[in-house]
Amino acid sequence: MDIPYVDAPRADTGLTNGKLGIWLFLASEVMLFGALFATYIILRTGSIDWPLGRDILNVPMATLNTIVLISSSVTMVMAWASLMRKDLGKFRLFMGLTVMFGFGFLIIKYFEYSAKLHHGLLPSTNNFLAIYFTLTGLHAIHVIGGMAVNAYLWGPGAKLWKTRPEWFTNRVEYAGLFWHFVDLVWIFLFPILYLL
Amino acid sequence: MADSHAQDIDKHVRTYIIVFVSLMALTLVTVAVAFIEMPVWMAIAVALFIASVKGSLVACYFMHLISEKKLILVTLIFTVFFFVGLLLLPVFTHMDAIEL
Repeated sequence: MDIPYVDAPRADTGLTNGKLGIWLFLASEVMLFGALFATYIILRTGSIDWPLGRDILNVPMATLNTIVLISSSVTMVMAWASLMRKDLGKFRLFMGLTVMFGFGFLIIKYFEYSAKLHHGLLPSTNNFLAIYFTLTGLHAIHVIGGMAVNAYLWGPGAKLWKTRPEWFTNRVEYAGLFWHFVDLVWIFLFPILYLL
Repeated sequence: MADSHAQDIDKHVRTYIIVFVSLMALTLVTVAVAFIEMPVWMAIAVALFIASVKGSLVACYFMHLISEKKLILVTLIFTVFFFVGLLLLPVFTHMDAIEL
């Protein structure tokens, strides 16, 4: 049986089911991260002595990671635009770059984490590090999840382009929405954890 | 028809590049501002303001919210309402402190 409304919008919603689905999922993700942001606020306002993020964390590395993630958002949207121009080659190039930027982000994060652990700065050290590892760890899991989907669409998933190009373009758009959301979360995590 | 469609995408791509440059510039501004001496509340306000501008650029242009269907915008208004409520919960707990 064919999945309905994958390439044409439903008459009542004006949307494909996938588009509405991904936005509802992102709404639930906002609440997931929202709960942890609220936790951060309650920990910080309830503490007598809250450390300044930049005294403990590596700001240049995090700035570089912000640049990497923003770049990956641009290559992601360019991958989608390439499909809109019916250019699968360009799509492959931009999607490949997006996955590589994702890897770059994780490698930088790995160096950051290992330096902290090496200096004995663990989640159990204090509340600041506990919420830092929780928020950035959850975010890194999202990066890995997004990369898995993007890599699938770059590789075996791209077969769909031959038979149902509109459906494939929509899939790339939904994966992009998730990827941009991951970027958006980092845009807030960066100043909150590293700079303030 | 196909030509006008291709032109539309070209216009989109130009917008993406402008947004990309703006996001890069705002990232550097965020870091620079953080090293200026100012009261904590002001530093928080400035950092969150810049982050909100950057977040809006991503949501409006990369996520196409600026031209999105009403149903999604309505869903997001509900999300924002509950998100703000969630962030205000710690404030409410302070209002309800037990007097000892």
